[in-house]
Amino acid sequence: MTSTTIDDAPYIEPSTKERRNYLNDEYGVLSWLLTKDHKRIAILYLISVSIFFVVGGVIAFLMRLELLTPEGDLFTSDTYNKLFTLHGVVMIFFFLIPAIPAVIGNFILPIMLGAKDLAFPKLNLASWYIYIIGGTFGVIVIITGGVDTGWTFYTPYSTQFSNTKVFLTTMGAFITGFSSILTGLNFLVTIHRMRAPGLTWFRLPLFVWSMYATSVVIMLATPVLAITLVLLMVERVLRVGIFDPALGGDPVLYQHLFWFYSHPAVYIMILPGMAVISECVAAFTRKKVFGYKFVAFSSLAIAFLGFLVWAHHLFVAGISVYAALVFSFLTMLVAVPSAIKVFNWTATMYKASVSWNTPMLYVLGFIGLFTIGGVTGLFLGALGVDVHVHDSYFVVAHFHYIMVGGTIMAYLAGIHYWWPKITGRMYPEWWARLSALLVFVGFNLTFFPQFLVGYVGMPRRYHAYAPEFQVLNVLSTAGATVLAMGYLLPMIYLGWSLKFGRKAGANPWGAAGLEWATTSPPPKENFHETPVVTWDAYDYPAFLKAMRETQNV
Amino acid sequence: MSDVTLHHGAEHAAEPHKHAHHHPFLQHHFEDLGQQHEASTLGMWFFVAQEILFFGGAFCAYFIYRGMYHDAWKLGSHHQDWKIGAANTVVLILSSLTMALAVWGAQGAKRKFTALMLILTLILGGIFVGVKGYEYSVHIDHGLFPGAQTYTNVEATPELTQQVQLFMTFYFTMTGLHALHMIIGAGLLLWFIKRTWRGDFGPEYYGPVEIMGLYWHFVDIVWIFLFPLLYLV
Amino acid sequence: MTDFPLFPEQASSVAPLVDGLYLFLVAVTGAVSILIWLVIFYFAIKYRRRPDNELAQEQEPPAILEMTWTVIPLLVFIGIFIAGAWVFMRMNVVPANALEIYATGRQWMWKFQHPTGQREINELHVPVGRTVKLTVASEDVIHSLWFPSFRVKQDVLPNRYRAFWFQATKTGRFHIFCAEYCGTQHSGMIGSVVVMEPTDYQRWLAGGTEGSLASQGEKLFQKYACNTCHMDTAGARGPVLAGLYGKTRPLMDGANVLVDDNYIRESILNPQAKIAAGFQPIMPTFQGQVNEEDLIRLLSYVKSLPAPQSQQVQPVESAQSQATASGATGSQPVVIPPATSTTTNQ
Repeated sequence: MTSTTIDDAPYIEPSTKERRNYLNDEYGVLSWLLTKDHKRIAILYLISVSIFFVVGGVIAFLMRLELLTPEGDLFTSDTYNKLFTLHGVVMIFFFLIPAIPAVIGNFILPIMLGAKDLAFPKLNLASWYIYIIGGTFGVIVIITGGVDTGWTFYTPYSTQFSNTKVFLTTMGAFITGFSSILTGLNFLVTIHRMRAPGLTWFRLPLFVWSMYATSVVIMLATPVLAITLVLLMVERVLRVGIFDPALGGDPVLYQHLFWFYSHPAVYIMILPGMAVISECVAAFTRKKVFGYKFVAFSSLAIAFLGFLVWAHHLFVAGISVYAALVFSFLTMLVAVPSAIKVFNWTATMYKASVSWNTPMLYVLGFIGLFTIGGVTGLFLGALGVDVHVHDSYFVVAHFHYIMVGGTIMAYLAGIHYWWPKITGRMYPEWWARLSALLVFVGFNLTFFPQFLVGYVGMPRRYHAYAPEFQVLNVLSTAGATVLAMGYLLPMIYLGWSLKFGRKAGANPWGAAGLEWATTSPPPKENFHETPVVTWDAYDYPAFLKAMRETQNV
Repeated sequence: MSDVTLHHGAEHAAEPHKHAHHHPFLQHHFEDLGQQHEASTLGMWFFVAQEILFFGGAFCAYFIYRGMYHDAWKLGSHHQDWKIGAANTVVLILSSLTMALAVWGAQGAKRKFTALMLILTLILGGIFVGVKGYEYSVHIDHGLFPGAQTYTNVEATPELTQQVQLFMTFYFTMTGLHALHMIIGAGLLLWFIKRTWRGDFGPEYYGPVEIMGLYWHFVDIVWIFLFPLLYLV
Repeated sequence: MTDFPLFPEQASSVAPLVDGLYLFLVAVTGAVSILIWLVIFYFAIKYRRRPDNELAQEQEPPAILEMTWTVIPLLVFIGIFIAGAWVFMRMNVVPANALEIYATGRQWMWKFQHPTGQREINELHVPVGRTVKLTVASEDVIHSLWFPSFRVKQDVLPNRYRAFWFQATKTGRFHIFCAEYCGTQHSGMIGSVVVMEPTDYQRWLAGGTEGSLASQGEKLFQKYACNTCHMDTAGARGPVLAGLYGKTRPLMDGANVLVDDNYIRESILNPQAKIAAGFQPIMPTFQGQVNEEDLIRLLSYVKSLPAPQSQQVQPVESAQSQATASGATGSQPVVIPPATSTTTNQ
């Protein structure tokens, strides 16, 4: 019978010696801007994605203000159209796609593998600079008048009709895609070739399996977006008819090419979230994740099946009935591995030791909200219902449940979970719990009414709407206000904790995993001596025993 | 659970890091040159896979339109001079040969030979791009560059004219992207010639030349698909 | 502000089917979601960390559990697919004897043309209880015609006809929305469908004086001298058009073509694309001379021509069959350079 107590106080409390770590190793702006240390690069990303998150969030709030009343009385139609386009572009390309991989993945993945850095540190820094260049294009677009095509850039509107900054925006997305690809490449090679001695594939934390699957999707899907955007730019600049029917082209071909990337892209956004959740579930239940192999393989299954379903975005776009039937069927299949994960995480909590710390609160929120988001995907995959709800607020609610109720909650879970490791400080627990509550309540109030107003008949991307939709819209805006506060608070208290937070030891949570087998913050080379792994993932007794024998903390 | 430890990293975990026999090009986050070589090679293979998807999207669109506008596609390829294309193909294949020889030379620390092979590869690549430039200028003279202002070639019907213009759009986009990859490759070759001359490569460290070769061969293979599809339809 | 619907009106024959499927999904997914919520909160409370419960008790999970919650969801999801597909197929087969109305979308208005010639902008009058088949095309960008109360929607593409149908079951005024973002006034591209009792509808129709769409098309047929080649005499230069609609005909290159809306449209705008077997490629193009509304009139006229007694008339094909002709993208796009007078933007 395993002991149900932990004697790991030496690791929870900070050590009394002041040690060199990656933060105090070198000082100066250039030591950060020219760093090859994956941990510092992760911090650079943290700052930049946070800025873009605020930009995208402010835009969303402006949209919700407009939607308080049925008339379009706050902004002109053109301005509103630019707002929703930029909200999508900024949130997807400059926040959601990089956030968990480039911030948490960059920092934690090499340490989790017992490696000194990623396989290609200079390429990692280049990734960040490429991201900044792409993001700069986005900023220039915002400043010089915006773009109004929707983040999907459907033709022929985007190539022949819109007179906004389409070229600059697609160029920005194109460039940022390279950043994503290089990060994915780095992760794949690191996972294959730089695992610590003893760390076999089936001893890897589930975080690694999910990040691996994410990286495969990034590598195979993003280049297709790249070429699609190139063709879009060619058509716009030269005025030829690749996708414009007036000049001999096919607009539905554009949609196929676009969604061939953009559907796998949603898995690029959710798989890292699932990666974080697996880690947090294990840590805050102090138990092995139920059905390790099923969860690991489900990540790969999601990656694979995710490539087969893109045309479910085109059910009413003009594809044949037979194509619609095939893609509807495949869409149902891709839901299965996600369901397996939800059940397995839930089962992990059975007879566990469940902590109510902030990361776990976000985990509970994720499991509940991702379930709702996922099952509403079934509504959209069911052909008879999709005809009615396609391009309505039902779709908007569905993807926000997954992206915000799922990915962003997972991101916040990860940031709080690994905050002590990254900064050496604890965040203030009660403020964090309050924020989690605000986020949860605000989120549901914002987006649940959107399912209802969508089914009732409100189309998406509407600046003004029919008066009977107002009540639900007012509820939604009220929720957005609460949600905004829930997001604002962490920015404040996390910043505060850098100076005033309680100092953390190597393993403040008593969790298992190589990242907890080194100091908080870690030294520049991650480990003073290369760890040798002899335990399975999340095997707490074995891990804690090994910790007592290491020189790393 | 077992105490089985993994591959070559294990020996290094046991003994302290020896700086005395440190290869100058071993990067510090790798355990040894072997790991570094394997990682770099794997990285280049993944990069090539991603590039295949990139060109693949263009090929896919090309094939869809080829099915729809079969006659126009035939006319479009008749606007290309297959003899020049074939000659260029031979040039590129030769450049892959010299590149492969350069890799072999680097492995054997044959400094002058390797540098010569790399220079030949660069020259052959330059010839390819130059010939492509010549072909482009001929097309532009004949009014075949796509665009509302620049395309003046006329076929039997307005629809055919429009469709041939679409073919030319694919021609310029795909060969243009290919040429861009070659120019980047040429830049890399210059850097490698410098490193070879400096004596960087030998039997224990030739990986960079090998992955340069991998990239170059990939760019060659893309052309081997482009040539028949654009010139020989 | 006091009266807000949480559920749309059911005003068409398929609306109950769609709503039935929707509510079934709400019940099943709602039950599962609530179950998961309850279980995670129950576990989080019951197994919360206490000083005597710092580490979990490990146990080996039975593999059967894993298989159960893989196979059961899979079967449920496949069931959802089948239900959704069934409703979808019902929506895709156009019932016979449909009233054929044409709709054009352009930035930022809807234009409807009735077979008897009435034209409407942003409003559509239809009789209750009668199947209405809408054939739609766009004059500029992609739009989408959505009748929420009927639960039907179809993307409206430039240069390509698509068709869908509804049968209104209630009189009244219901929303029409554009559901594909199309530029500045996308949210203003709205209107109403007015469903009337049959007698009221007849009375409303009598108000129009232009003559039916088909008779307007006949005038155009003569105006453009189509009748000088397309004659029902031996040695005529063009194929006989009477009774041709819905049939399959051989082409000069050996392939066969289904004579549907898109084929007729293509034959007028790009006659060289497909030459009927046994005829010379001499038909001139009318690209630039006929606009969208004229095309609809000519199309109505050709469709209205009864077959000569020696031929059988084929029934009207299903709405989606014209989409199965070729290609990954649905149907052959028709090539027209931008020269028609009605394709202005902004």
